[in-house]
Amino acid sequence: MSVINAVTCPICGCLCDDIEVTVVNNEVVKVKNGCAVCEAKYMGYKSEHRIRQPLIRKDGKFVPVPMKEAIHKAAEILANANYPILYGWSSTNCEAQRVGVELAEEVGGVLDNTAVVCHGPSLMGTQEVGIPTSTLGQIRHRADLIIYWGCDPWSAHPRHLERYTSFTKGRFEDSEWKSYLNKVKAAAGRKKVLSATRVAPKQQRATVAEEVVFNKPPETLQKEGRKLIVIDVRKSMTAEVADYFIKVEPNKDYELMQAIRALVKEQELDVDQVAGVPVEYIKEVVDALVNCNFGIIFFGMGLTQSAGKFRNIEVAISLTRDLNLRTKFLIMPMRGHFNVSGANIVFAWQSGYAFGVDFSLGYPRYNPGETTSMDILLRGESDAALVIASDPGATFPKRAIQNLVKHPLIVIDPHMNPTAMLGDVVFPSAFVGIEVEGTAYRMDNVPLPLKKVVEPPEGILSDEVLLKNILEEVRSIKAQKAKKAEVV
Amino acid sequence: MMQQKLHVTLLTGRTIEQGVGKEYGKSSHQYYDACSMVYMDAGDMQKLGVKHGSNVLVTTPNGSVVLKAVKHPRGSMSGMIYIPYGPWANSIVSNTTNSIGMPSFKGTPATVEAAPDQPILSMKELLKKEFGR
Repeated sequence: MSVINAVTCPICGCLCDDIEVTVVNNEVVKVKNGCAVCEAKYMGYKSEHRIRQPLIRKDGKFVPVPMKEAIHKAAEILANANYPILYGWSSTNCEAQRVGVELAEEVGGVLDNTAVVCHGPSLMGTQEVGIPTSTLGQIRHRADLIIYWGCDPWSAHPRHLERYTSFTKGRFEDSEWKSYLNKVKAAAGRKKVLSATRVAPKQQRATVAEEVVFNKPPETLQKEGRKLIVIDVRKSMTAEVADYFIKVEPNKDYELMQAIRALVKEQELDVDQVAGVPVEYIKEVVDALVNCNFGIIFFGMGLTQSAGKFRNIEVAISLTRDLNLRTKFLIMPMRGHFNVSGANIVFAWQSGYAFGVDFSLGYPRYNPGETTSMDILLRGESDAALVIASDPGATFPKRAIQNLVKHPLIVIDPHMNPTAMLGDVVFPSAFVGIEVEGTAYRMDNVPLPLKKVVEPPEGILSDEVLLKNILEEVRSIKAQKAKKAEVV
Repeated sequence: MMQQKLHVTLLTGRTIEQGVGKEYGKSSHQYYDACSMVYMDAGDMQKLGVKHGSNVLVTTPNGSVVLKAVKHPRGSMSGMIYIPYGPWANSIVSNTTNSIGMPSFKGTPATVEAAPDQPILSMKELLKKEFGR
């Protein structure tokens, strides 16, 4: 039995690097410090859902084949395609991503990562107006006002609050965990008193109805110490622990942000409410924003996937810039996959662009809407695809997948996910961060090392080695073709 | 008064159960349970005469899908429904990318109606139905 400390968790953009993994006979048996999702991954990596050998679809059914045959088949598909898409890359290490760029250039394809359905609009917003941001360490030690806008870290980044924001003790700011527990205890006490005094059912209903009405910001919003504001269209799990929850109407985040900008600049609004939020309450929130010492806005899919998309991000960044005239304020996207930031960085450092890179003309080109994999699939322009370390089968709209499966589809993934179930050539791969080491970038673009804690099953290669083999085979097929053409 | 059909705003997104299911394995029953459901407002469910745990049919211009109706546990979300990301949600989400690559996964119109007799498809059945594989 061995206990491995300081393991980096390969799931979300938090990249928690304090996980303790117990290994017995080359198998993870216990995980400490991780969240529920972390535990599911470390317990699920060896489950029955694992792909054990390369598969090729023959007459509609998967047939196990030797690795060499699968590599040749995949290379043939890519070498013969005119406009292949190479999509995914976010749940693998930077080393594999680098080989991916080389492969995309070699086959003249479109290289895209999961940012396209995640924070692609954030990257576009950043390209428009820049981004005032920092590392998570700064936020942990200094932030006294935390805003989660259109994101629910308690569901998607479960340890974000505990490690980087409200519930962590920083050098200059204390954890709010105890005061949250007191709040919960007080609420439970009130409930007990209510039931003990046997309030009539009619009055009880009135208490429930009160919750539906827009609540006034609490006085604690102007207090010293850490404050948490959640802005979302529904009361999320994170909203439950917030000092103040603002329920914005769907698709109206843009209006609310512009209203806040106007109030930060001390302009008057001649309406009673914006996006369903009373202006007098927005004013109190603005007071809290300008009076804090160090504020941070974390934003998620609530902004990037609803009306406005990258314009929402542009205005959120502009709001941060305006707030910096009054106090210190930063902004950061809540990145989803553990190495989607890495994919953006590797692609940008190799090709100049962070996502949606088109190599079909022999040089990299980027034009969102034209060279992004989603639009290419919706228009049905591609003629082959390689999907690695992601699952468009569970994340893309139906029509995009219908066009994806019309042409040969190569899938590289450790698990039999919906995309793999739809694939033509399916490769098993080793789990990055469990069976393969490497580098991954956290949501604040800090690179962290991923550890190998167990050996991969026999015969299963890492993404990097697999891609190198495919690249080599593509080059050899192309060389043979060129030779034949010369003879003719 | 009970309504046949309710016009709502469709939201899709993450839940902790969906996160656990996807990491454990997307063929697992955890993933199926977490993704083949829809969070609805208690008042909206009453309007439709739908009980917690019964099946509903959600329809958008892009398709229809049968899901299990679950009462939203926190606060009101009247006029909205929330489906966790997954193949079930994707069979009805919008294709509109506004020419920037990102489909409108949140904030598009949909209708909900009670469908107590229609079954919820398993992942395999859903993929077969939508993509023929």
